[in-house]
Amino acid sequence: MNAFLASIGYEHWILHLLLILPMLAIPLVLVMPVRMARWIALVVALVELVLGLGLWWAFDPSNPAMQFTTDLPWISAFGIGYRVGIDGLSLMMVLLSLITMPLVVWSSWRSVDTKQRGFFALMLALKTGMLGVFVATDMFLFYVFWELLLIPMYFLIGTWGSSNRLYAATKFVIYTFIGSLLMLVAIVWMVTLVGQETGVYSFAYDHLLNNSAVLEDSGAWLFVAFALAFAVKVPIFPFHTWLPDAHTEAPTAGSVDLAVILLKMGTYGFLRFAVPFFPAFALSKTVGLVMAALAVMGIVYAALVAMVQPDLKRLVAYSSVSHLGFVILGIWGSTVESVQGAIMVMISHGLSTGALFFIIGMLYERRHTRNIADFGGLARVAPMMATAFVITAFSSIGLPGLNGFIGEFLVLIGSFGRYPWLVALATTVVVFSAAYLLWATQRVFFNRFTNPLNEGIGDLNMREIAVLAPLLVGMVWIGLYPGPILRRTETAARQYIEWVEPYLPATPSVGDATRGGRR
Amino acid sequence: MTQFVWLAILLPFLGALANGWLAFRRPQAKGLVSIIGPGVLLASFALSVAIWLEVRAGHGEATRVLLWQWMPVTDRLSIDLALLVDPLSTVMLLVITGVGSLIHLFSVGYMRDDQGYARYFAYLNLFVAFMLILVLGASLPVSFIGWEGVGLCSYLLIGFWFEINANSDAGKKAFLANRIGDFGVLVAMFLIWWHVGTLDYGRLATQAPAVLPYAGSTATLIALLLFLGCTGKSAQIPLFTWLPDAMAGPTPVSALIHAATMVTAGVFLVVRTGVIFALAPVAMEVVAITGALTAFFAATIALRQNDIKKVLAYSTVSQLGYMFLAVGTGAWAAGIFHLVTHAFFKALLFLGAGSVIHAMHGAQHAAHVHGDAQDMRLMGGLRRAMPWTFALMGIATLAIAGVPPLAGFWSKDEILAAAFVRGGGNPVYLTAWILGLLAALMTAFYMARLMSLTFMGRFRGGEAMQPHLHEAPWIMTGPLVVLGVLSAAGGMLNLPAFAGGSHHLEHWLEPVTKAAAPYMDVLEMPHGMVEILLVAGAVAIALAGLAFGLSSTLKSEPAAPGAAPPARGLVRLIEGKYFVDEFYQRTVVRPTVWFSTTVLWRGMDQFLVDRMAVGGTARIARGLGWLGSRLQNGHVALYVSLFAVGAALLLSALVGG
Repeated sequence: MNAFLASIGYEHWILHLLLILPMLAIPLVLVMPVRMARWIALVVALVELVLGLGLWWAFDPSNPAMQFTTDLPWISAFGIGYRVGIDGLSLMMVLLSLITMPLVVWSSWRSVDTKQRGFFALMLALKTGMLGVFVATDMFLFYVFWELLLIPMYFLIGTWGSSNRLYAATKFVIYTFIGSLLMLVAIVWMVTLVGQETGVYSFAYDHLLNNSAVLEDSGAWLFVAFALAFAVKVPIFPFHTWLPDAHTEAPTAGSVDLAVILLKMGTYGFLRFAVPFFPAFALSKTVGLVMAALAVMGIVYAALVAMVQPDLKRLVAYSSVSHLGFVILGIWGSTVESVQGAIMVMISHGLSTGALFFIIGMLYERRHTRNIADFGGLARVAPMMATAFVITAFSSIGLPGLNGFIGEFLVLIGSFGRYPWLVALATTVVVFSAAYLLWATQRVFFNRFTNPLNEGIGDLNMREIAVLAPLLVGMVWIGLYPGPILRRTETAARQYIEWVEPYLPATPSVGDATRGGRR
Repeated sequence: MTQFVWLAILLPFLGALANGWLAFRRPQAKGLVSIIGPGVLLASFALSVAIWLEVRAGHGEATRVLLWQWMPVTDRLSIDLALLVDPLSTVMLLVITGVGSLIHLFSVGYMRDDQGYARYFAYLNLFVAFMLILVLGASLPVSFIGWEGVGLCSYLLIGFWFEINANSDAGKKAFLANRIGDFGVLVAMFLIWWHVGTLDYGRLATQAPAVLPYAGSTATLIALLLFLGCTGKSAQIPLFTWLPDAMAGPTPVSALIHAATMVTAGVFLVVRTGVIFALAPVAMEVVAITGALTAFFAATIALRQNDIKKVLAYSTVSQLGYMFLAVGTGAWAAGIFHLVTHAFFKALLFLGAGSVIHAMHGAQHAAHVHGDAQDMRLMGGLRRAMPWTFALMGIATLAIAGVPPLAGFWSKDEILAAAFVRGGGNPVYLTAWILGLLAALMTAFYMARLMSLTFMGRFRGGEAMQPHLHEAPWIMTGPLVVLGVLSAAGGMLNLPAFAGGSHHLEHWLEPVTKAAAPYMDVLEMPHGMVEILLVAGAVAIALAGLAFGLSSTLKSEPAAPGAAPPARGLVRLIEGKYFVDEFYQRTVVRPTVWFSTTVLWRGMDQFLVDRMAVGGTARIARGLGWLGSRLQNGHVALYVSLFAVGAALLLSALVGG
């Protein structure tokens, strides 16, 4: 495989192609007949997936540097360049986006029946934005992609969403936009500070990172600006209230994209930028404790709130807040294990929450309701859907053997040395997560069949099976054999820990009875 | 064959996949399901026997079978998907696949007319696969796959007839109670890894004593957290309430999962991690007294239950208590011994009860009578219609009551002797011993009552049903016969010296239990006169209990359901199962839901964050917007100059400000 990929110069063109292809397809979608729109989007998504899968093999897990890099001048006057590259972390996020996209397009096959051109054009724009965020190694370029995502998402929710869509879309934009603006200010400020010191004004990630010692004095302000942007996106408690609304009102495609990709941009931002740029402040004892506490608060709090939601989508939205809390905990757990776990949660949450939203979307298409109370006993009329939902629910609950467990286990065990009490508290969520998902499962798929309107809903069709199958296979595969993924992210995690290590208050070590577990 | 131990897991797993596929595609292909379902189990059992022979030939040498690297995270945390074949896992392997095969065969008859026949076998096969992972796992995380996997299957099988809300409730309750325990297991794993640096059983046994000081707080904490997991999985105080509800599942499921195998996993885990428990004497006392208390209280509840399965369910909780009493005294082998004999006689009792329910159900159906097929008050006199079931359940009753020379006598006797010995210098163990004795008396009583109400006297279910009562088909009675033989002769596994044995099982397990031995006082088992007195006392208790139980029910017929006056005082307390469920409902479940809804969701999320913070910000923003609109007064010059100033500021900042 590798020889073949090298022979076609794969590493030189793949990232650019992935970024440009959806953009090129947008005019096509707009001029071709309406019924072609979804086909174009699907073909582009599939082509991208096939091409992009080569990254899995072409990527060198042992190389700690950014790979597939390109550095072209763009706005040279300001040191802005078209700089892209990936490491193990971005690799996983890129692959996740590539895999999600065809499924999302296909799942919208029938559900989107108005303004199809616009919808699929926006999906394509979204795609470029998502990929761009994860491959950009230039702060300005990153920011452009980051903001680029906001617009299609706003319209997706606002145009194709359900009843309360405008409120949700506006809330989404205001929340995230305020965060992003602060980040822009911080980026410019950072570039200026580094420029003053080194004489080189550049938005290049490497340049800024290698001179980040300069930023230490203003680290607190800069970190807060970055952290706010990312915290809203993740979302970290208490910046999370936009998410249930956005998730609930968005069309299925929007919900899935939000859950699988957009939330991860926040945690990606912490791992890639906010913490490595300002480790002295971000990892100081107080800030660390605050972040870990907020993470754990979110984990438990959101699980409890999810438990009492009457609306299925809202329930899953809160479960997202809970899961993403694990990622934040893992980042501040600051061991290779916990960071590996955080990356794993990012991937796993994508699969299981994506699948949950797909299934809820399928239910919604049939019954035009997401109210748990409107269902009951569906396993009799839709056994395959019930099976898929139960498997997904248990994956989300963190049943060992399925994907969800790996990440959460690694986060918890890795962070335990630094925050034993907080981790113990976070671990209680194994009870609550089971409570909210099993209770929902019971009320939707089990119990007495009470609502005659559900009689004719029918089981999954072939298209729906095809959408869910890859996700279900992925759940089992990651659950039993996560090694290939862990090996590809290990270098990135190790690199990250080595970078921040000097700033960590005290690193607990394993197997040391006097120190381990307590500091 | 040991290298192929994974096949024992893979076969039932493939069976589950095949049956699952059939459940969707060919739900009526019951013949094929009947071959695949029990077939994979029998194949697994054959393999287990071969492995057992190899382990025996190898004098109990442990073999670690590496399948693949599961979580290769870092040098210090790399978890293999590896299996451990040693004397302990071999015993469990034989019990699970052996008793499992019998129960699968029984199910072919029992579930024949069920709509979900294929689905049932898919779940049951899957359960066995997970149960084998649990006992074969070479490290805590691998066992944990099985540990939670059996919980999943238990959930699915309890709620098998999911259209009845109570069944779905029971399944969910079981999983949640188990999860509370799993919290303990997880945190225990975190502690173990940070302190000992490994989660592998083999290395844990050798390295833990070096880093965990004897009777230190860490070892105690770890042991107690692990035990919390055991109270969930094995239905001990305080997490036992899910097991009686679990009877909502099909009866063979109760036999396999909720009596013979899954619920004993906690006992297995304590023995598996015995070193840590041995390093924590306080935790050992907690284990022993919790077991004894559970044995006692569950037995009291069983005294007054009228549902045949509920009696057996509380009996199971009680017997599991004995096993924990055993391992809590450090009598590891006695705990495993009782686990094995209990698997025989309790599986027999449940399957026998299944036959009875099957017969009652069939007769009700044929006579068009509606009634509870499990209520013993509507039974009686069934010995005439079901002589085989009666005789075999009789054997099991004598076995569980502790009548020599049946299996239960030997194992229970050993547990009580161990508690007696430890009780010599420790009031905790003395109390545990007394509770154990009292529970033994009650065990004999409630079992005699069950047999008497079910099989003796006259049939109380009505004339119409009587001619339709039949013995179950051979596919159901056959497994009962095998279990009957095992219940009678199972004591042979570990006969003591006075009966001409040599504690075979104890020696068999020695390679596993010896790791903990240096940290425990030697259990000097009583000899001579004391031993004879203890044995005689135990037999007397068993016989007395049986006699009481029979006489009390034979003298007067039970009141028909609903006809008895409401009970008062202690009886009401016992009939109400001490109102533990109600207590949990009021103190835990409802407050949590209320807190989540009112305080967190409505109060925090919707009011504080959304209305006050976000809404407040929006109002401020609107205010600023109003200010901004004042500026937008059409003076283009003003705009331009503002823009220029802003741009200049930005540029100057960029270019060296």
